Amino acid sequence: MNDNDLFADAAHDVLADRCTPAVVRAIECGGRAADAARGLWEQLESTGLADALLGEDEGGAGLELDQAFGVLEQCGAHALPLPLAETMVARALLAQAGLVRPQGSIALARGQRGAGGGLHCALVRGGQVADTVLVQAGGAWHLLPVDGAHAHAHALALDAALTWSAAQCDAASTVAVDAALDVRTLQAAVVAAQMAGALSSVFQRTLRYANERQQFGRPIGKFQAVQHQLAVMSEHVFAARMAAQLGCSGGGVGIQPDRLRVATAKARCSEAALAVSEAAHAIHGAIGFTEEHDLQLFTRRLHAWRQTAGSEGYWHTVAGEALLQHSGITLDLVRRITDVEFPA
Amino acid sequence: MSTLDSLALTRIPAEDEALRAEVRAFLQEAIADLPAHIRARSWGGYSSALSRRLGDKGWIGITLPRAYGGGGRSAFTRYVLVEEYLACGAPVGSHWIADRQSAPLILKYGTEAQKQFYIPRVCKGEAFFCIGMSEPNAGSDLASVKTRAVPNAQGFVLNGQKIWTTNAHHCQYMIALVRTSGTSEDRHQGLSQVIVDLSLPGVTVRPIEDLSGDSHFCEVFFDNVQLGPDALIGAEGQGWEQVTAELAFERSGPERLFSSIVLFDQWLGYVRTPQGRTDSAVRLAGKVLTQLAPLRAMSVSVQEKLTQGASPIVEAALVKELGTTLEQMIPAAIAEDLFAREAEDVPVELLMTLKYVTEASPSFSLRGGTRDILRGMIARGLGLR
Repeated sequence: MNDNDLFADAAHDVLADRCTPAVVRAIECGGRAADAARGLWEQLESTGLADALLGEDEGGAGLELDQAFGVLEQCGAHALPLPLAETMVARALLAQAGLVRPQGSIALARGQRGAGGGLHCALVRGGQVADTVLVQAGGAWHLLPVDGAHAHAHALALDAALTWSAAQCDAASTVAVDAALDVRTLQAAVVAAQMAGALSSVFQRTLRYANERQQFGRPIGKFQAVQHQLAVMSEHVFAARMAAQLGCSGGGVGIQPDRLRVATAKARCSEAALAVSEAAHAIHGAIGFTEEHDLQLFTRRLHAWRQTAGSEGYWHTVAGEALLQHSGITLDLVRRITDVEFPA
Repeated sequence: MSTLDSLALTRIPAEDEALRAEVRAFLQEAIADLPAHIRARSWGGYSSALSRRLGDKGWIGITLPRAYGGGGRSAFTRYVLVEEYLACGAPVGSHWIADRQSAPLILKYGTEAQKQFYIPRVCKGEAFFCIGMSEPNAGSDLASVKTRAVPNAQGFVLNGQKIWTTNAHHCQYMIALVRTSGTSEDRHQGLSQVIVDLSLPGVTVRPIEDLSGDSHFCEVFFDNVQLGPDALIGAEGQGWEQVTAELAFERSGPERLFSSIVLFDQWLGYVRTPQGRTDSAVRLAGKVLTQLAPLRAMSVSVQEKLTQGASPIVEAALVKELGTTLEQMIPAAIAEDLFAREAEDVPVELLMTLKYVTEASPSFSLRGGTRDILRGMIARGLGLR
């Protein structure tokens, strides 16, 4: 963790300054056409964070995914409504494939090729704010511009269903990606790290509120029932962060995450998302349920991220299959997940 | 959130890991004949014969100085040992307390004579200790202990009663928290720790049978027990500080994660068979694995802090709270899984193991500080009280 504090600090500084609750709301309302979205993305580009996973000879910082954990976490901690984290990994994949990287932000999605050669993504997280989408369809990866795609709104304001015609697909780049990489695994690793950041923000806000809000003549944080709720919240936040760190650790070459560690990360963060959101709203009372209160910027995201790249049940199945195929005692598979190799 | 941010991923050093294969090979031979429902008792299981063999191997007191018969190894070496004991279900209860708490306490606070007398015996697996903290009506409120050691010409005269004392009926010694001055209204003042030879006249040990038929706990009565002047360990009146430090070590170890692991592995063995496998069982297996792995990473990280001489009391409380919650979830979820099936072919040995762990599981969040006490400690660490 210590090596990358500089990058996490840089991300924290720019996001604390530029990704304010007002900006988050403006982007949620206006999508990528909003001035706020353009302005914020320019600010982020100027930090160089989006290229941090590229080699130094390509203008990046040469970070591995585990070293970028702190940056991804900060994206979640500030409810960043733009896919910076996804862009970081997408650019690294494009660079590995030797492709010229497009301007702007990149979302990640799974898609299906239609009979006529078109391509449909039923759900693109961040599809309303991204400039480009890196799509895995069958065994192939495609880089497609959002401009010109046929778009449908989705359940969450920042998301979209996107369809490209056969001609648009033919004109787009095909990206050579390691056959073992699955977009859902990659996205889950990145989302879990952002969830860890959002969980921490929710917890900090709730702790502060419990110390400030007076009822019956004293702060509600002085009541044992509230103290115990906060203690349990902190346990979830603590465990989820450790799991998310594992999810970004020790994959193969480049940015290929370890699927079992990602399963651990995403399942644990999703479980925490539910428990922490519930407790945060309970402690905030009715005010936290309002649009004007910032708590919802984080708890809505936690629910959305829980629904991204596989809920806990999906990843429990992945992890359970791995455990059943494992032939020794459970401890040995636990060690395989937790005993991360550290760079010398 | 300085506490939370400070837990970084860490890893057990290779030189400590190196012991693992040897320990596992030894245990697989030594406890090959023990059925799973016995192995499930693990650090609650009792075998003085196994403890002597482990003592001969040099695996008790492995972190203690060689000068006192210890192994002179790091706390991570002990961590590896303990993980292997728990994962294999080795009945290590007889020397558990002496190895984990009593000998390190004597090393830290004891006189040179105390160190030379007790520590080598612990390391050989010959001297077993129990901890006299709780008393009737005291429970988690340790500051209210009433057992009193009154100084006299020969040392101290001990009167009072301890309860919930694990394995006292199998131990030679107790380290007891007692009042040496003041009254129980003085709370943290006037408390001291004394070593009590349980064979002394006036000591009565009465096992308490628990709901699963085992007798781990005891009541211990002291009726004018004459202790020598060397019974005091550490400084008179410093008992509270000494006990608090002792408990941090007790709370974050693998024993707070793996108490149900023998059952879990036994259940996995069944789920790996064609008739045992169901989709919901696969999910449950994954749920446990994905909770256990981050917990183990946290526990290792806390161990790293302890190794560096820090006192991560809040982190240790977090790990224990989460860990015991998972330990208690496992038997409940396995029962739900097995008895949601039509099948009558679940192996009886698995069901016996399930029965034991189900019945033992309430104790997981009681021993070493109850759930509510730990949540209170976490809340204090968060600045709420």
